[in-house]
Amino acid sequence: MHKTDWPAIISRVAGVLVLLVGVLLAAGLCVASPHDNPVPSIFEPRSTNAESLYHLSNFVLAITGVIFVVVCGLLAYVTVKFRNRATDVAREPAQVYGSTQIELAWTVIPILIVVVLFLSTARVIHAVQDGAKPAKAVAVTAIGHQFWWEFRYPELGIVTANELHIPVSTPTYLKLLSADTDHSFWIPQLAGKTDLIPNRINEMWMDPNQVGIYLGQCAQYCGTQHAKMLLRVSVESPEDFAAWVHAQKQPAIQDEKEAAGRRVFESTSCVNCHAVGGTNGTGRFGPDLTHLMSRRTIAAGAAENTSENLRLWIQNPDAIKPGSLMPAMKLSDQELDALTRYLETLR
Amino acid sequence: MSAITVPISETPRAWTLPYRGKVGMACLIIAESAIFTIFVVAYLFYLGKSLTGPTPREVLETPIFFTACLLSSSLTIHFASKLLERGNRGAFLGLWFLTIVLGGLFLFGTGQEWNRLIYERGLTISTNLFGTTYYSLVGLHAFHVTAGLLMLAIVLIFGLVGRVGREQSARVQVLSMYWHFVDVVWIVVFTVVYVLGR
Amino acid sequence: MSSDIMAIHTAEITADRPWLETLHEWVTTVDHKRLGILYLLYALFFLVVAGSEAMIMRAQLMYPHNNFVSPQVFNRMFTMHGTTMVFFVGIPVLFGFANYLVPLMIGTRDMAFPRLNAFSFWLTAFGGFLLYFSFLGGSGLYGAGNAPDVGWWAYAPLTSRAFSPGHSTDYWTIALLVSGFGSIGTAINIIATILCMRCPGMKLSRMPLLVWMNLVMSGMVLIAITPLSAAQIMLCVDRYLGGHFFDTQAGGSAALWMHFFWIFGHPEVYILIIPAFAFMSEIIPVFSRKPIFGYPVMVAATVCIGFVSMSVWAHHMFSIGMSSYTNTFFTLTTLAVGIPTGIKIFNWLGTMWGGKIILKTPMLFCIAFLFQFLIAGLTGIMLGSAAFNWQLTGSYFVVAHFHYTLVGGLLFAVFAAFYHWYPKITGRMLNERLGKLHFWLFFIGFHLTFDLMHIPGLLGMPRRIYTYEPGRGWDALNFLVTIGAFIQSIATLMFVANLIISYFRGAKAGSDPWDAWTLEWSVSSPPPAYNFASIPTVASRRPLWDLKHPEDPDSRYE
Repeated sequence: MHKTDWPAIISRVAGVLVLLVGVLLAAGLCVASPHDNPVPSIFEPRSTNAESLYHLSNFVLAITGVIFVVVCGLLAYVTVKFRNRATDVAREPAQVYGSTQIELAWTVIPILIVVVLFLSTARVIHAVQDGAKPAKAVAVTAIGHQFWWEFRYPELGIVTANELHIPVSTPTYLKLLSADTDHSFWIPQLAGKTDLIPNRINEMWMDPNQVGIYLGQCAQYCGTQHAKMLLRVSVESPEDFAAWVHAQKQPAIQDEKEAAGRRVFESTSCVNCHAVGGTNGTGRFGPDLTHLMSRRTIAAGAAENTSENLRLWIQNPDAIKPGSLMPAMKLSDQELDALTRYLETLR
Repeated sequence: MSAITVPISETPRAWTLPYRGKVGMACLIIAESAIFTIFVVAYLFYLGKSLTGPTPREVLETPIFFTACLLSSSLTIHFASKLLERGNRGAFLGLWFLTIVLGGLFLFGTGQEWNRLIYERGLTISTNLFGTTYYSLVGLHAFHVTAGLLMLAIVLIFGLVGRVGREQSARVQVLSMYWHFVDVVWIVVFTVVYVLGR
Repeated sequence: MSSDIMAIHTAEITADRPWLETLHEWVTTVDHKRLGILYLLYALFFLVVAGSEAMIMRAQLMYPHNNFVSPQVFNRMFTMHGTTMVFFVGIPVLFGFANYLVPLMIGTRDMAFPRLNAFSFWLTAFGGFLLYFSFLGGSGLYGAGNAPDVGWWAYAPLTSRAFSPGHSTDYWTIALLVSGFGSIGTAINIIATILCMRCPGMKLSRMPLLVWMNLVMSGMVLIAITPLSAAQIMLCVDRYLGGHFFDTQAGGSAALWMHFFWIFGHPEVYILIIPAFAFMSEIIPVFSRKPIFGYPVMVAATVCIGFVSMSVWAHHMFSIGMSSYTNTFFTLTTLAVGIPTGIKIFNWLGTMWGGKIILKTPMLFCIAFLFQFLIAGLTGIMLGSAAFNWQLTGSYFVVAHFHYTLVGGLLFAVFAAFYHWYPKITGRMLNERLGKLHFWLFFIGFHLTFDLMHIPGLLGMPRRIYTYEPGRGWDALNFLVTIGAFIQSIATLMFVANLIISYFRGAKAGSDPWDAWTLEWSVSSPPPAYNFASIPTVASRRPLWDLKHPEDPDSRYE
């Protein structure tokens, strides 16, 4: 009579299911879409810099993986093999105090592993930090603020905020400064993170090799709204980048239909913090709004750049980003509408 | 069995361990040295980095006399505890008192210097980086001198009412360890602030 | 026999004694055993408090864009959770066990300075009270009465008056300054006790490993806590006297605070884990029925860790823009400190090899410790490699790593210690069934939370964020992490229940329920106030083994 071996069947099915889940999870981690990179995984590098970190991390993972399997295997073996069984004679086992040879072996082998790991890491550190700066690099100065990013392109004469546009293949060199507390610039797919520290100039570079949008955010706690100090990097073809630069260099659009809104901007305290080319607004505390509508998001990624959100942000910033340093402007509905319409002309 | 009695076997040879007072004080000195090291590191790090205000070279005057007072108080306290070990209470009290006087003179000197720096040269703790690090480092040391003088004074009072004799000499030595530490710290601070820093 | 007499005697004394008198006795005690128990109860209380703070954070992070708590409250939660766990759970629980066990293990009647012992405990206790008073007292950035929200590292210049007005930061600074002095006092006490009060025959090379490791840990406390105290004094000077130590506007350096903090912060984590190693080194041999494998190397490795760990601190600062030479140096020292640490794991395995392993609750926690500390060490190697670190630091990968070491390592070891020494402290056994249930439930919850937690870090999720964007691959993982946290809370409450129930209804333990070999098992459970009727003399590392096996004493071999 054939007896169905249910335990074996169940465990086999469970094993396959686990494998399937694992595969799906792994697949999920590998983003398929070519232009949008919604998952900022460090295992999906898209620049030379990030790739060298990726290769090193695989190497380290492999070595630590082997160590894990070996030592875990030993632990499991020891626990099972030398378990005290009820049938055992009640006599103490042989009292062994140590063994010089064995201890020497398991000291020397870790030392060798450490040497290998150290040398491979040192090579990557120097490659990333000490490489010569190529002549043809896009220079960007990033200034961290509570809770937004200021980006200046000194050689191109552009000032923008929160959304960085850079060309593909050409390296971009970033100078990192801070206006207040510590921040950290982290786009996992393009580079390792580097901090922005007040009274200190840090430098980093990235040379993306694929066009698309890359996501990241501030990685050093900087205060209440650290969580919503998001980053959006748009890596573009040389033509698209040139077009963007050209658009950013244009003076602010002076739409006479929204003169009323512009008057609201110029006559309230907006100008203390915000700059718009061609107006009396030259404030530096908040983002430059000259080309506000060229950005997908507002409030450093906290909200989509839509009419309603813009209006809400001016009226009650706490509804979008409680604790941000944007004050509620306390304008009348009429002024608010005019102002919003004016801001929407700033493409 | 509720308790296993471990038998008292013959102690093979004399089992003497260090005096816990000295070990405790040595540990305290190690910990305090770490605190002072951090303040010294901050001082050295910020040398030359002040954005404004008076520099060390412009305003500091080397306190040779008062340093000599403090360092000689190490000698007097050393001899005082040696005398106490031999039971010579009177001489001990005399030298102990002299130690306090010398330490007090040092504090007076510090106060005098600070008075000059603040009112004549305009250097306060908030003036610039030099001011902050200078007053913090020298002040931390002066605080430790003060605490030491208080302890010395208490022992003096006990001594004057006849409570300090040969049996207390180990404890007195522990206290004098602290006092020597305070002096060594001053040697370091003096070198860093008045020699290297200018 | 004598413990029965002691029990009757105690009953006669305590019957009809007003509770106020008992309370007074406990508050004014200088007995190391009672102070040890006070430390342990204090730590358990704050474990539950800080655990609740963690649950609040996990509830908020269960879903993206959740609104369970405001960002202000969340930021206070992670600050208080970290600060409480390190200073008011970790250090007190370890000092509690050290206080209780060290004098007993070296055959003496009390610590070197009993009054300093009490004073140090109450300083630490006051520090905790002051920190939590901030919820009621301080007037921070957002309104009346709140706790510090600057993170447990309190980086400058976030802590300057400009960015943290009000007093919430001061509560952090002063509470830790005060409890830091308490820790230094206890460390001095432990060192003086070990060096000056060992019983005859107990040379340094015959001390139990727990004693050695507490000696090294206390030495580290002396030179690691003090840099933090110094930095905190400097912060007070900045905030109250107009100083500029960390004032970047006046030319000060934010990085200087980082250096000072991590010169404390890194040795601190070794201060926390070395006593956990101590527990392993005492419990694993007893439950494997063999002596520790390689005692001299275990001592040497611990001393080595003590020294090398003072040279690795800047691996917490790999992303701040230090030179490639600095980054390379600290990579080297960080990887190097993994060697003596790894050796210990091998020694414990060597102890178990060829033994007769008894799988009771203390040993279950030990085996889990070995498994988890191995993993924690390996993720530590990953973080120690500066270039890899540039992707991992500041993310949930680091959060997973240090929780692996502190929960998977330290807390599991602490649980093992509780199950092992509770009989000695109270005279009763903890319930074994409930113990195993606690173990398995906590083990499952721990792995659900902290295994998965590594992944969002690898997918770009930074730490210290009160919410996150949906669709980045972090959503489901955060949800499951929260479930695991919930399971761990239940398991912990079960443990606390076991502690309480067993106190009244546990089986009587006797003086030596585990058939162990160090001196604390030679006295009754609980020990009499004077510890030993007469100070013992020892001739080997396992005096009770020698007594139980007079035909084959340790003294013949080492």
